[in-house]
Amino acid sequence: MNPSTQKNSIKVAGHSAISEGKLTRWVLTTIALSFLILFLLLPLFTVFAEALRNGWQTYGKALSDADGLAAIRLTIIASAIAVPLNLIFGVAAAWSIAKFEFRGKVLLTTLIDLPFSVSPVVTGLIFVLMFGASGWAAPLLEDTDIQILFALPGIVLVSIFVTFPFIARELIPLMQEQGSDEEQAALSLGANGWQTFWHVTLPNIRWGLLYGVLLCNARAMGEFGAVSVVSGHIRGETNTLPLHVEILYNEYNFAAAFAMASILASLALVTLAIKAVLEKAHGLKH
Amino acid sequence: MEIQLSGISKQFGQFKALNNVGLNIQSGELLALLGPSGSGKTTLLRIIAGLENADIGSVYFDGVDMANTPLRERQIGFVFQHYALFKHMTLRENVSFGLRVKTRAFRRPAAAIRARADELLKLVQLGGLEDRYPHQLSGGQRQRVALARALAIDPKVLLLDEPFGALDAKVRKELRQWLRDLHQQTGVTTVFVTHDQEEALELADRVVIMQKGEIAQLGSVDQVYEQPASPLVFDFLGDSNIIAAQWRGDVVHVGDSAIGAYPSTANTAVLDEGAVDVYVRPSDLRIADAEQAGIDVVVNSIQRTGPIVRAEVSFAHSTFAQSHSTLRVELPHLHHDVPRFQTGATLRLRLMQFSVFAPQTITPVREQLSAPILIGRERERLAG
Amino acid sequence: MKFKTNSPLPGFAPALFYTVLYLALIVVIPLSGLFFKTAELGLAQFWDLISGERVTHALMISFATALAAAMINAVFGLIIAWVFVRYDFTGKGLFDAIIDLPFALPTAVAGIALSTLYSGSGWLGNLFNKVGIEIAFTPIGIVIALTFIGLPFVVRSVEPVLRELEKELEEAAASLGANRWQTLYHVVFPTLLPALLSGFALAFARGVGEYGSVIFIAGNVPYVSEVAPLLIVIKLEEYDYAGATAVAAAMLLISFVLLILINALQAWSQRYKASSGNVNAAPDKGFVA
Repeated sequence: MNPSTQKNSIKVAGHSAISEGKLTRWVLTTIALSFLILFLLLPLFTVFAEALRNGWQTYGKALSDADGLAAIRLTIIASAIAVPLNLIFGVAAAWSIAKFEFRGKVLLTTLIDLPFSVSPVVTGLIFVLMFGASGWAAPLLEDTDIQILFALPGIVLVSIFVTFPFIARELIPLMQEQGSDEEQAALSLGANGWQTFWHVTLPNIRWGLLYGVLLCNARAMGEFGAVSVVSGHIRGETNTLPLHVEILYNEYNFAAAFAMASILASLALVTLAIKAVLEKAHGLKH
Repeated sequence: MEIQLSGISKQFGQFKALNNVGLNIQSGELLALLGPSGSGKTTLLRIIAGLENADIGSVYFDGVDMANTPLRERQIGFVFQHYALFKHMTLRENVSFGLRVKTRAFRRPAAAIRARADELLKLVQLGGLEDRYPHQLSGGQRQRVALARALAIDPKVLLLDEPFGALDAKVRKELRQWLRDLHQQTGVTTVFVTHDQEEALELADRVVIMQKGEIAQLGSVDQVYEQPASPLVFDFLGDSNIIAAQWRGDVVHVGDSAIGAYPSTANTAVLDEGAVDVYVRPSDLRIADAEQAGIDVVVNSIQRTGPIVRAEVSFAHSTFAQSHSTLRVELPHLHHDVPRFQTGATLRLRLMQFSVFAPQTITPVREQLSAPILIGRERERLAG
Repeated sequence: MKFKTNSPLPGFAPALFYTVLYLALIVVIPLSGLFFKTAELGLAQFWDLISGERVTHALMISFATALAAAMINAVFGLIIAWVFVRYDFTGKGLFDAIIDLPFALPTAVAGIALSTLYSGSGWLGNLFNKVGIEIAFTPIGIVIALTFIGLPFVVRSVEPVLRELEKELEEAAASLGANRWQTLYHVVFPTLLPALLSGFALAFARGVGEYGSVIFIAGNVPYVSEVAPLLIVIKLEEYDYAGATAVAAAMLLISFVLLILINALQAWSQRYKASSGNVNAAPDKGFVA
């Protein structure tokens, strides 16, 4: 065989001109996957392994503990209030930002993102400063029986704050990408505002909306730092699931702590799984 | 329905999209808004629809001011440039949408709505595809769905934004014919926007030519084609040769030869006798008979492109201004003149039809290029 | 009408009104309370409150560990994004979904899991102990927790830019005689740098304020492994609102300055672009996962 042809064929087999060699690819892939296994998969696996270390029976008992159930109930109630509120906000914000031009839009978008860059602990702090005993908004509540801090309203407030941008952030790029041609078409055909939103806009954004809601929910249920500051840690009353996990862990009741944690980890896994499915089925970009 | 526009102006930031536009659209006519991009034609269409609001000026439907009538109550059928079909609805659901969203009092029974949608889909030759989704269709089919959807609400006026812009040439031709037939059947007042002069001339009863936010000319297809109001309009409607000429008495001369009587068009008013520019289309140049007046030229090159033969010729006895310039000639390939176009041959050409405009000031650019005659787009580019 | 828009779509005024109202009630008004409280302190008292050794140590630890973790994430996040965009391997879909785990997993859960894993008796802690490295209850532990938290920010910022990178650019470089590493260094890397920097900034900002995942593994030894957010919690528990506010304000202030620096660096890295401003949309999307 002619040596030059041989050389050519090797080059072709070694992949295109703009790819790394086989060894490099293998090394990089191994580094990437090892890092993911070490930093993400192992901790996740630890949660379930520790939860089940003492067998299913202990696991079941830990889950059915009265304080645990109270924590689960409180967590569900808090996010059942926070998530729909942020959903309505997210849709309203995305509608005005994505479909209309107005001055101050950039400022508005920046302010919506603000909660992302506020530490959870600082979030708790600002509501303590507001509603605490000497808080600047405390006089407003003086004559009422409404208790905000160390009670459900405080937990709900910080949950809303922490997950504030999630749904809006998911919807704005999606709605911008869709443009408003279809809405204009619907209006020209005689549909009113609600019909247009319901029949045309909503079907176009439903998967993004669903993912935004799921992520918002996962974060609301899992929020720790901010809730920890405002909850008051009253066992069986103002402890959410993550706070209950902390208490159990600090009492060296590891099996129960991880059993509770495994509920939250499962919730995270379901969220990720739905996201992966939505991405695959509907080409939803992150 | 009759539509009246008066004094419409619209500005986007610093850009003046429309400047004091007035227009009467007659009931039942098929009107084209023709112009290059940025001429304001789409903005005007969207203002008629109520998709945009004019800064100044009014829109009247049958004499009624539409200022406070929102888009959804105007009962216009709007066909969007990219169709704006509802992606998640079947064709039947798309077409019936306008009927389904009516308030209960005005809504027809579901079965009747369905029947009407299917009927419309048949009308646009998509019978049998009622349960398909838009993404399963070709561009031309989508266009027809968009049209059926707009027709479903029995619009008083049909507005189409670049209706065939995104389609390939063959489909475009078919759809044009089809839209023409449909208009004849339905008789709905129809306004469409296009930048394709051929499309406008073939389809419309009347053409509005727009330039820089103003109406450059309004008239029947024959009027605008045969008596263009300005060099820009002439240029926009097709290729042009521009020849420096003299107007003496009632006759137009190029060099020593008389090329024809001064055309009796509206342009007379703006001109004095003396130097003029003659505008002639490549397809309006033919070989003159021996005794006829005309321009003597030498054939430089010949190019055959299917049904059209194109020749490039230069002046045989040129004045300075013409010494570096060429003319383009277009003939149908079976025309009896074709065999005489041989490279190097000297011929006398007559201008079967031409327009005369005031001479343009010769810009330095034009002199540098020593090409006073530029064809169509090239000229536009230099001007821009 | 006050809010006149050019769009024919309805509902602008009520949607915007609701958006601004809700934003004001939930975010702007409560947050401004923090600034008023800080302003109330006065410069001297503010300085007094944050110049204590415990506070300065906590701030230093928070920023140093967040910086270290963001750097680790920049390196490995880039490699991970590269591998996921350019190569194919079995299990790619599964791993890809897992990258977002830190976005979805509650921080307290991550905290106890990492703490268990890296403690002296944990699987990894045991391994490291054998070679004499203590991880749990040291700043190294904090770095590990913050690496966990920040990874997806980098990966999800770089990925879209990498995916949209035109192959022709690399082919052109190769056709001009550049070898693979030259192509990567001169052509690919400069294109990715702005996105990498915004991923880095996001991971860093998140790390500075992180609490839940850190406190379990950190051991919280004052002057050694006590982070600033924890100090705020401790001060709040002592009803020292002024102290807590001062630490929070200092944290925000330093973050702000550092983010401006990173922004400047980012602007410099895209100096070849005609218009300044945030052309790069990647961080927006990376944020929400």
